[in-house]
Amino acid sequence: MTARERVTGTVANYVDERTGAAKWMKKNLTKVFPDHWSFLLGEIVLYSFIILLLSGTFLTFWFDPSQREVLYDGSYEPLQGLHMSAAYASTLHISFEIRGGLLMRQIHHWAALIFMAGMVVHLMRVYFTGAFRKPREFNWIIGVGLLTLGIVEGFLGYSLPDDLLSGTGIRIAEAIIQALPVVGSYLAFFAFDGAFPGEAFIPRIFTVHVLLLPGIFLALITVHLMLVWYQKHTQWPGPGRTEKNVVGYPLMPAYMAKAGGFFFIVFGVTAFLGAVASINPVWLYGPYNPGQISAGSQPDWYMGWLDGLVRMAPPLESYIFGYTIPWNILIPGLIVPGILFTGMALYPFIESWITGDKREHHLLDRPRNVPNRTALGVMSLTFMLVALINGGNDIIATTFSLGINQVMWFSRIGIIVLPPIAFVITKRICLSLQRADRELVLHGRETGRLLMLPHGEFVEVHEPISPELAWKLTAHEQAPALELQDVDARGVRRAGGLKNKLRKRISQANAESIAKPTANDLKEIEHH
Amino acid sequence: MSNEIEAIKDPGLPAHVHRKADTDPVAEKRAERQVAILFLISALGTLLFIFAYYFIPEDVFVFFPVLGNTNAHQLVLGLGLAIALFFIGAAAIHWAKTLMPDEEVIAMRHTMRSDDEDRDALVATVKERAGAAGLGRRSLIKRSMGLSLGLIGLSPLVLLRDLGPLPGDDLTKTSWNAGTRLVTDPGDRPIRPEDLEVGAVAQVLPEHVGEERRHLSDIAKDAVLLIRIRPEEFQLSPERLSWTYDGIIAFSKICSHMGCAVALYEQTTKHLLCPCHQSTFDVPRAAKVIFGPAARPLPQLAITVDSEGYLIAQKPFSEPVGPSFWERSS
Repeated sequence: MTARERVTGTVANYVDERTGAAKWMKKNLTKVFPDHWSFLLGEIVLYSFIILLLSGTFLTFWFDPSQREVLYDGSYEPLQGLHMSAAYASTLHISFEIRGGLLMRQIHHWAALIFMAGMVVHLMRVYFTGAFRKPREFNWIIGVGLLTLGIVEGFLGYSLPDDLLSGTGIRIAEAIIQALPVVGSYLAFFAFDGAFPGEAFIPRIFTVHVLLLPGIFLALITVHLMLVWYQKHTQWPGPGRTEKNVVGYPLMPAYMAKAGGFFFIVFGVTAFLGAVASINPVWLYGPYNPGQISAGSQPDWYMGWLDGLVRMAPPLESYIFGYTIPWNILIPGLIVPGILFTGMALYPFIESWITGDKREHHLLDRPRNVPNRTALGVMSLTFMLVALINGGNDIIATTFSLGINQVMWFSRIGIIVLPPIAFVITKRICLSLQRADRELVLHGRETGRLLMLPHGEFVEVHEPISPELAWKLTAHEQAPALELQDVDARGVRRAGGLKNKLRKRISQANAESIAKPTANDLKEIEHH
Repeated sequence: MSNEIEAIKDPGLPAHVHRKADTDPVAEKRAERQVAILFLISALGTLLFIFAYYFIPEDVFVFFPVLGNTNAHQLVLGLGLAIALFFIGAAAIHWAKTLMPDEEVIAMRHTMRSDDEDRDALVATVKERAGAAGLGRRSLIKRSMGLSLGLIGLSPLVLLRDLGPLPGDDLTKTSWNAGTRLVTDPGDRPIRPEDLEVGAVAQVLPEHVGEERRHLSDIAKDAVLLIRIRPEEFQLSPERLSWTYDGIIAFSKICSHMGCAVALYEQTTKHLLCPCHQSTFDVPRAAKVIFGPAARPLPQLAITVDSEGYLIAQKPFSEPVGPSFWERSS
């Protein structure tokens, strides 16, 4: 036994005698993880969260979360002699006097954008491949929660410097609170300790931003990962892969090295962005003053869709018995986002209601093989994209020399018309891709080689595809539509007939597909 | 399902293909060297980072084509850190991909559902334990427990009451009163009508008395825009016309939609535009909304001049300024 083995053995023995960790470790160090690039998206989110914790902690050492008014006498000349909040002044101090301070601020902001973008793309991966199906519905709901909290956390984060741009964002948030029927003005006065802006909100949102929400994130991410670990990761269909097994690489050592290495890659790329790409240069905006504003006020992109909805809302307000209900704020600011996010959280249950499928699923779907789900996803993305475009309508108008009215009317009409069109087109594309798959399995790949037959006819030589590819293209299940009877066995109409009818219609639309080739089809072709 | 029976067969996991480094000692050595070089590049990155921190002055700017004028200290510091981090990752991944075992392994899954036996045992245990505790029977305890837990749940609401004062008339009142002088912002100088040319705009605030500096919460309600156009261009009711003075009209600068500062004035069209959500107000028609999500015109402040010829408010705003709220009556 070498000296190193002796020392390791002693330490391991000490820990195991107190925790019994050896049994768990023995089993889990060889745990199998399937490999695919799209499984890295969630990792990016996790790593940016760690980067956010590290860079954020650094920033708190100098950031002064206070709206106490100070006279700026720092090194940034254009603002010298101006009155501003201590929060803004300390942000300038971090940017200009602390070595590496600006770098850390920019890394923090870039990491936040990557965190949000990673979540959105990870969500799309999970959605379009059906990874949310039983038994993973809890993790889907946790994910929707993390996305929602991420939007709030990001908004609070860029509000902390108390510059002219972020203060305007807070003003808008205050108007949304104030718009709530009955309790609005009370909630606003509680949140801001009096009339807007007051002197309380920066210290308050600081606590929420650095303590409350990160704590909730940490808890939710832990549960999210524990469930991934316990339920084992989903895998793509392919040769040798079934619903009952998991094919991949053991945790130790290759998977550990890859995942650990990937953390450094993500951190390195974020640091590179922080070094070369300026983000949120708050010194250019000046301190917040509710009587001032800069043209082209824009939120960060993950809030942009919300701002876009508010911008395109029709000017509706009701006055009932001396009370005001501002629909122009409530509908785009609360009701529509509420419906969208609730619908998203409930989607796994809605889909299983439509398909009647209550089985566990560990093999992922290729998006083309589930046309309705894919089309619904593209439809939702189109809705968000139009809203996001309208969130930058002023920038688009000035960049492309358009009238602001033209961009706004495009969005107002587009947000209703374009999503259904996107649905239909996506569904058609999915079915066409299914047709192409069928063609490929049955007739093989076109080689481009032409053959002249003895009687002078030209044919192109098709090369049969490998059994592995043929399996991959046909491994999916094509379930028929639900058979729901309007009447029961004795001919009596069932209760809930309308609901049943709706379910039947959706289920039929859902089952629409191009029949996948079977072994019989292949044999028939060979006979010809 | 007929599809299942005649489906194309699963050929099973394809045979493993060995990498070059698995079979060729030269390739293995090369891969080892590559990993080491990647780790060394990272070490150089950290040295660059330390060098930049101590030796590159913070006020040196260098010009790069795409980046523009860039602070050299911050740029090299960041690049050093980026290199140091990125190449640790690159080395680890290259190591894993070339030299660590890469044979795919198959593990079996188990359904999440517990065995019937375990489930039944659990149900039995819960029933037995709960029965022993008398949870089903002791309704007096259950009800009083419900009451006490429900009440203690209210205590955070009570504790949070002091987060802020009640709104009172804070949302409806501003600092403008009959006779309040209009002063420039910034500068705090009173203004005479002749200070404003036709077509000009000025931001004003109510004259401020007292030692303390103005509170931002006051500016958030008091900010007013003065605009001067030719008097014959007004299309106002006689009452509203009497609120103007010699072509000068005053509106709350706080948007009636969500409270942003309505700061963009288009001189040719005489439109006021809010940069937040593009609500557009027509100045000659008492700031009527002609585009965008705002539902109400900007409140108009009645102005006139005092005996010394300075602009003053005739009276307070006749309606609350800023975004809508429940208790607003119109």
